[in-house]
Amino acid sequence: MDATILGFLLLDGLQNGVIYGLLAIAMVLVFAVTRVILVPIGELLMFAPLSLVWLQEGRIPGTLGLAVALGLLWAGVARGRGAWVPLLGALGLSALFFLALAVKPLAYGAAVLLVVYLGVATYRVFFQPLREATVLSLLIMAVGLHVAFQGLGLVFFGPEQFRPEPLLKGEVAVGLSWQGVLVLLFAFLSVLALYAFFRFSLYGKALLAAAESRLGARLSGISPEEAGMVAFGIASLLAGLSGLLLAPLINAAYFMGFMLGLKGFVAAILGGLASYPVAFLGALLVGFFESFTSFFASAYKEALVFLLLVPALFYQSLRARAVEE
Amino acid sequence: MKRWLAVALALALSAWAQGVLKVGVVVSATGRAASLGIPERNTFLMLQELLDRQGGVAGRKVQFVILDDASDTTQAVRNTRRLVEEDAVAIVGTTTTPASLGMIPVVAEAKVPMISLAASKDIIHPVDAQRFWVFKTPQTEELMARAIVVDMAARGVKTVGYIGFNDAYGEGWARFFEAEAKAKGLQVVASERYNSSDTSVTGQALRIIARRPDAVLIGASGTPAVLPQRTLKERGYGGLIYQTHGVANPDFLRVGGKDVEGTLLPAGPILVAEQLPGTFPSKRVALDYIQRYEAKYGIGSYSTFGAHAWDAWLILRPALERALKRADADKDLAAFRAALRDEIEATRNLVATHGVFTFTKEDHLGLRFEDAAVMVRVEGGRWKLERTFR
Repeated sequence: MDATILGFLLLDGLQNGVIYGLLAIAMVLVFAVTRVILVPIGELLMFAPLSLVWLQEGRIPGTLGLAVALGLLWAGVARGRGAWVPLLGALGLSALFFLALAVKPLAYGAAVLLVVYLGVATYRVFFQPLREATVLSLLIMAVGLHVAFQGLGLVFFGPEQFRPEPLLKGEVAVGLSWQGVLVLLFAFLSVLALYAFFRFSLYGKALLAAAESRLGARLSGISPEEAGMVAFGIASLLAGLSGLLLAPLINAAYFMGFMLGLKGFVAAILGGLASYPVAFLGALLVGFFESFTSFFASAYKEALVFLLLVPALFYQSLRARAVEE
Repeated sequence: MKRWLAVALALALSAWAQGVLKVGVVVSATGRAASLGIPERNTFLMLQELLDRQGGVAGRKVQFVILDDASDTTQAVRNTRRLVEEDAVAIVGTTTTPASLGMIPVVAEAKVPMISLAASKDIIHPVDAQRFWVFKTPQTEELMARAIVVDMAARGVKTVGYIGFNDAYGEGWARFFEAEAKAKGLQVVASERYNSSDTSVTGQALRIIARRPDAVLIGASGTPAVLPQRTLKERGYGGLIYQTHGVANPDFLRVGGKDVEGTLLPAGPILVAEQLPGTFPSKRVALDYIQRYEAKYGIGSYSTFGAHAWDAWLILRPALERALKRADADKDLAAFRAALRDEIEATRNLVATHGVFTFTKEDHLGLRFEDAAVMVRVEGGRWKLERTFR
């Protein structure tokens, strides 16, 4: 173990950690606003790069079919008033996908918009009708969706991995590629943007209010449903962009999302599913911890990473008091 | 998919038909091992057509009842039970090692011969009361590990690093490779693990590089085997890199691209059938299989995994013919199954696509090392024959 190795490990941990961090922030946000633990966030992340690969190869990915199907359900749930929004969205998305077959750069945008649409539609179709349900019911629904989406990913994209071209080629220094820099930069800007969003924009403040107290928010004219949709939209935007940036570094496959999401979840738990900064720092901790355990005890890496949950949960249980749902 | 369902349905409906020999087939046509299981299934669909044209074996119609286990052990065991109850005379499958191991107690209890299409030596060794009924066609890790060690020794490699899957596949390779290496005086200086879903193996790669081995063996299968190789190269490792035969499919080359150029791996000879010397025993049979498969499924569609299924039938067919002379499958199924098992074990010098099979009471793999493994190098995005061991 010398300085070079230490540097590499820290860099590796940082690169993984920031992605866990973004997923953790997204999970905290969604949980705060809707009480949903967004287990399928890994699958939303996975849909983006794989849809991109399909588009770049000149094929329409099955995810578009899924989006349109969810869009129709959404229109069905919304009925009359507001039904035109999802229908128009699905139409626009389909048009964009077919356009992206001809104009290649559009594929990136199409993949991200697809994921955002899927995320919002998922909320509207599966979670909003359950908004009065217990956290446990919501969790069960979330786990069900995770399993279903992963299965669909296998059906749509097959069992093998794919490797999209990196946006930026080449290496900055040994151990850090330009693509890696892009990931770090993206994470930094996202955190900044989220901060600005919550601090300065009316929407952001409304979202925080809805997270704080749903009844109170409703009394002051904030619709919890709308807040839920925005939260899911932001979460899936983060997931989709992370997926696109990460895929050239780690190869994309239908099973890639689960572990990423789970580690984001571990980080979110470290932050007590409440604090954004602690969740992000927790994610960096998970990243570094993972990087170092893979050096010192690779066979036990996964076990040790998830063991991190034990002290965190213990601490949470000491602090816990009875709270109203 | 539809056609395959139709075949399965047709078979189920014709269960009453007298004189039809049913051969049960379990493969992983969906799920994680699908890229292995699909060519196996396709091979049996192709065989069914062939047999229907020829009128079966020794005048008896043969029907393959093909079931999918979705790469899941429980499903494989359930399928096996069903096939046993539906009077299959033998069972071929399944694709993966854990599921094959799960099937063994079922076939042993029902006394049905089984030919597995999975890799591990544990499936057929030791030949105890249960494995008495079990044979297999793919080369074991042990056999392939020997090929790697022989090749390493020939290249003057003294120290080796190992990184493999943190599962039965990676552990099996670690065990057999370390044993073979020790016997040849090679030193294994690092033994690391990773998960197929891992997003980074930097830590493991650094640890291996720090020990400066002459060569690294990656004990992984399919496209997830690319990640450690790429990480090693990115971190400046310049030594030899070996992979296992678990990567011998086109997807590995597609995802690996330039990163896997120069990779050395042991493989069944069929992978480079056209490049084999004319005297190589399995060359003709392998080319015949490739030609048939590509005629039906397209140029470049064949894989070594489908060929294991073909080999299983090459073994089963003459054994069926001989068993039919000894026992009546319609009157006494148990006696026929037992006779069939004995006839499979009596297979001698059978030339197949992956080598030459000679089973004995102690050896239910039956492949000779010299005929069943070759070394291959990735060159220009293609498999190139590096050497044979004959």
